[in-house]
Amino acid sequence: MNDPLGSVAVDKARGGVGAPVRHESAHLHVRGAAPFTDDIPELRGTLHAGFGLSSRPHARVLTLDLAAVRAAPGVVAVLTAADIPGENDFGAILRDDPILANDTVRYVGHPMFLVVAESVDAARRAAREAAVEYEELPAILDIDEALRQQSFVVPSVTLERGDWAAALAAAPQRLKGTIRLGAQEQFYLEGQVAYAVPREDAGMLVYSSTQHPGQVQLKVAHALGVDAHRVIVECRRLGGGFGGKETQPAQFACAAAVAARLLERPVKLRLDRDDDFMITGKRHDFRIDYEVGFDSGGRIAGLDLMLASRCGHSADLSAVVNDRAMAHVDNCYFLENVRIVSHRCRTHTQSATAFRGFGVPQAMMAVETVVEEIAQHLGLDPVLVRRRNFYVPGVRDVTHHGMKVEDFVAKELFDELELSAAYAARRRAIREWNAVNPVIKRGIAMTPVKQGISFSTTFFNQASATVHIYTDGSVLLNHGGTEMGQGLFTKVAQVVAQELGIDVERVRVSASDTSRIPNASATAASSGSDLNGKAAQAAARELKARLTAFIAERFEVPAHAVRFEANRVHAGAKVVSFGELAELAYMARVQLWASGFYKTPKLDYDARTRTGRRYSYFAYGAAVSEVAVDTLTGENRLVRTDILHDVGRSLNPAIDLGQIEGGFVQGMGWLTTEDLVWDASGRLCTHSPSTYKIPVASDVPPEFHVKLYERGENVEDSVYRSKAVGEPPLMLALSVFFAIRDAVASVAQYRLSPRLNVPATPQEILQSVDELHERSPGERRVRPVPG
Amino acid sequence: MNADADSAATVRFLLDGEVTALTDIAPTRTVLQVLREDLGRTGSKEGCAEGDCGACTVVVAERHEGGVRYRAVNSCIQFAPSLDGKALITVESLKGPDGSLHPVQQAIVDGHASQCGFCTPGFVMSLFALFKTRSAPSRQEINDALAGNLCRCTGYRPIVDAAQVMYELARSIPEAKLDWMSAPAGSRSVAARGAEAEFAGRLADLERKDDLVIIHEGGAFHSPRTLSAFASLRERMPAARILAGGTDLGTWVTKQYRGLGDVLSIGSVAELKRTAVTATHIEIGAAVALTDAHLLLAEHYPGLDTLFRRFASPPIRNAGTLGGNIANGSPIGDSMPCLIALGATVVLNRGANRRELPLEALYLAYQRTAMEAGEFVSQVRVPLPQKESVFRAWKISKRFDQDISTLCGAFMLRLDGGGIAEARVAFGGMAATPRRAAACEAALTRRPWNEATRDAAMAALALDYQPIDDLRGTARYRMKVAQNLLRRLWLETGPGGGAVVTRLADLRGVLA
Repeated sequence: MNDPLGSVAVDKARGGVGAPVRHESAHLHVRGAAPFTDDIPELRGTLHAGFGLSSRPHARVLTLDLAAVRAAPGVVAVLTAADIPGENDFGAILRDDPILANDTVRYVGHPMFLVVAESVDAARRAAREAAVEYEELPAILDIDEALRQQSFVVPSVTLERGDWAAALAAAPQRLKGTIRLGAQEQFYLEGQVAYAVPREDAGMLVYSSTQHPGQVQLKVAHALGVDAHRVIVECRRLGGGFGGKETQPAQFACAAAVAARLLERPVKLRLDRDDDFMITGKRHDFRIDYEVGFDSGGRIAGLDLMLASRCGHSADLSAVVNDRAMAHVDNCYFLENVRIVSHRCRTHTQSATAFRGFGVPQAMMAVETVVEEIAQHLGLDPVLVRRRNFYVPGVRDVTHHGMKVEDFVAKELFDELELSAAYAARRRAIREWNAVNPVIKRGIAMTPVKQGISFSTTFFNQASATVHIYTDGSVLLNHGGTEMGQGLFTKVAQVVAQELGIDVERVRVSASDTSRIPNASATAASSGSDLNGKAAQAAARELKARLTAFIAERFEVPAHAVRFEANRVHAGAKVVSFGELAELAYMARVQLWASGFYKTPKLDYDARTRTGRRYSYFAYGAAVSEVAVDTLTGENRLVRTDILHDVGRSLNPAIDLGQIEGGFVQGMGWLTTEDLVWDASGRLCTHSPSTYKIPVASDVPPEFHVKLYERGENVEDSVYRSKAVGEPPLMLALSVFFAIRDAVASVAQYRLSPRLNVPATPQEILQSVDELHERSPGERRVRPVPG
Repeated sequence: MNADADSAATVRFLLDGEVTALTDIAPTRTVLQVLREDLGRTGSKEGCAEGDCGACTVVVAERHEGGVRYRAVNSCIQFAPSLDGKALITVESLKGPDGSLHPVQQAIVDGHASQCGFCTPGFVMSLFALFKTRSAPSRQEINDALAGNLCRCTGYRPIVDAAQVMYELARSIPEAKLDWMSAPAGSRSVAARGAEAEFAGRLADLERKDDLVIIHEGGAFHSPRTLSAFASLRERMPAARILAGGTDLGTWVTKQYRGLGDVLSIGSVAELKRTAVTATHIEIGAAVALTDAHLLLAEHYPGLDTLFRRFASPPIRNAGTLGGNIANGSPIGDSMPCLIALGATVVLNRGANRRELPLEALYLAYQRTAMEAGEFVSQVRVPLPQKESVFRAWKISKRFDQDISTLCGAFMLRLDGGGIAEARVAFGGMAATPRRAAACEAALTRRPWNEATRDAAMAALALDYQPIDDLRGTARYRMKVAQNLLRRLWLETGPGGGAVVTRLADLRGVLA
């Protein structure tokens, strides 16, 4: 090249797209210097709040005597529903979720009143002093009872394709059954918290740990009875969200803001862990009934599914969670003739809400159970049955909801993983082991994942961002997404750095703030990077265009001779640093900030027929897991997992790897140890980590091989052809569940199908083992090895 | 002004090299409250306020055998007076020799081992404790060290990797620059040793010459330093709560919002912090931490090693005591069935008097013991292993690590030829108290050790226990597993025992 600066030009800025950049706050996390909402220094006069909770699942409150609460030490005020100046509601879609229960409580844990005191301790102690007289009303606590009473939060929905009934009737083989899936608590390490600070002229600033500041802002405005422009909601980071901070933070923000307004003092409401468990919603538990007809090769001819979910006392997001479940019962399989009936059960329990996967994990458990049952029945390797039902591009490639599957890479992933994980050889070895080992049984399973990416609600698929360039060339980025650990701020900063040809360290991301970006969607549905990355890219490109035009004119070169590279800007033979350029542009009165907007193209979904292009694209993955089960106790260990996952072209492979591993382990928790137990009176008994067990370090398999799919590329024009990675990896954990099932099946020589529900706790597993023994008389439980 | 009285009521500890004094502190104020609310150090987080998530983990350093010993504890349930005379190290304290990140912190940053970052300070501190106590931990030891720290984001793999990388990073620091903080356990750096000796000296300067006594509106707090002082206080204050490690009492305050009234702490009583091995017994003082008691017991009964690794978490075992576990007598505690099967006795003191009871005789009914007013547990005595004895203990829980047992079974058989000369069987989680299984023992004792005896013993368990349904398991599951543990006992210790793989841990070893 003739360019004398050619050697410089090959230098790259640090941390662009595709680089394994560390999390933007990592250096602060490790020092304890990354403030979460409860760490923000408290303003003078700050008060602390705590809820008084219902102890009945369904009751009319006859008297609520708060005299002792008011008289307790340190108490400043006690609020009930009557004290809310505006609307007593924080409902996500329907207005059926009171901030404080009125005269009827609808679950054990329903907040009835709010104590405001000089200290957290004083508020919580006082909250226990209320004298409540209830008139008990009939309570529905589980799915079966809700189905019997036809108790639903929103109407049931049926989706059909093909003549499923005829296909079922004509199928050479038929099976039916039921599987039950338990709920799961999000267990974000940082509990729900809001800190409300009264501002001038009826204004309110709320620091909220929320995935959806815009919604919190609206709900606070409604509760206060003011316009939205008087309320600012800010969130720098969340200590985990996982869906649990999508709709629910509004309740705590509203309560804190109402108290702050009434007392004109800052009020903080931080739930203790037990209250967090008792008050907030979890992943929906499901009952799934299936009937499937199939041929002797295992191909599904017709499928009839009933999905009933426990939604709790209010609608919250249950309609969309269940819609998403209905849309994902296919996973990777072409369901030509299918009926799905979806019931959204109203019960007198916590209102089930978003949790990473949002109905998809349950849907995939439905169809994967069906596939496993077919394989069991035919004596085939389940992997074979999976392949026989895979989508086939150009032939069998339209989902049951009418969307064409354009890049079905699941098959390639599956083939590659089967080889790299030595699935077939290990499966043989495991069967040999099981033939001679009577106590410790081993199992293996390989499962695929296909998830549609986009909010199901089309209008949420929009985002905005702003990019500011200061005169020293440093860049401040802001967008509507929230940082909850998933690395969104890091990825979007990388996009901006890439566009401007500067080091990622030159780009700083500021807190999510409703006064900077209005009307932002929740950071949810795995959409954070797709939406905000594109919006920030648009803003950066606009700035780059302005700066290009400016410098082309200044140095009298054509625009195409301007390059932004390695923190420098080249204009023909002239080179200036990015900082110098910013200074020059400022002096020349060039606007140095821009906003960007993005809406996902091509979405075309007909909510009436529930068909059409509902998603922008699909994300894929596959996993093989091997377990060992102690058939004396039901205890089990995950021995090895291999994962191959498609993130398109990775924006940041280190962060993507973290999402995959973390999602997998979280899914494994749901399927194995995380056991939420409600007693007969509807009270949740497992309400803290002493009784509710999420995975710990030793639960991670000693052999854990996780790879990104190297040929991955988004066929859609996503940000740098990357794919969403927040939720899809969670479903990779289904391989663990089916490996356990495989191990259990060995006790009856694989002749019978185990009855195993979620979570597969040691007790559930032992019960399944014993039940198999009972169904296969003549098999002795423990057969000592001869000799 | 009475300087002595002031001194007696003031909690003093080292924090970042400075003596921090807490005066007029409520004795049940937690270390985490002091850090976050009083000192504005918000790096340590509250995730559960019951010592189960580890977000609040801090390290407490104290003098030990001429050096300094570092231990992770849960600051959320530790009462502030427990810091007296010690050094408190928090996430904000950590730094490398030149003020940059400490190798523990750097390893986490480099390894992408933080996501949301809320649990990270706790992991940093658990890893720092590991860094200062082990020089080259295995993966198993790392997992054990992290058993009390929950992370919901990462899936742990990068954190476990960071635990290995931190040593490599420390090795890259020039020796001369190492200080006590950045030098890992076993470091031969002269500079680091010098710095640590100075640290030990500063801790020695903090040592009390008087007893810590805090008179507070909620009740008095006494922390005597001698057994006789403790015993006489106990006689005078029979209604006072005895505070050992505080891992249970702490949660009374943080979870149940209860006042404790008067409190007598055994943590400073020198005689109760001792262990001894006599010709016949292992003797463990009531204030000996579970960590130390377990180490000693597992030395003599290797079969306890796995169970002890799964007993609570390191921060809980570092604070909690064997004496406290026993005096508390929870029906689901794991120490009691093991110790009862081993034939342990408990020593109860009152004033200058002492009596010794078989451990099983201590428990009368749910949360009711044979201790009389003014009495307290001073020591546990465990017989040394006898020839021809086999001992097995198994803990069954929903989650493998750091979970309260659904049930816990312990078995001691004295074998004589092909028969069982003596059997001691005890279970936790099967009744309202930890209890021996008399019918089961009878079915085993003086019988040949064969399938018929096994089946009879299994059937007899149904006479011994009527377990209940609760959130940890159904009665049916408990009974079934209890019986199956006898099956496993037979597979392992019966004739031709050991032919069958009976343990997941063994398998994981085979495959890994």
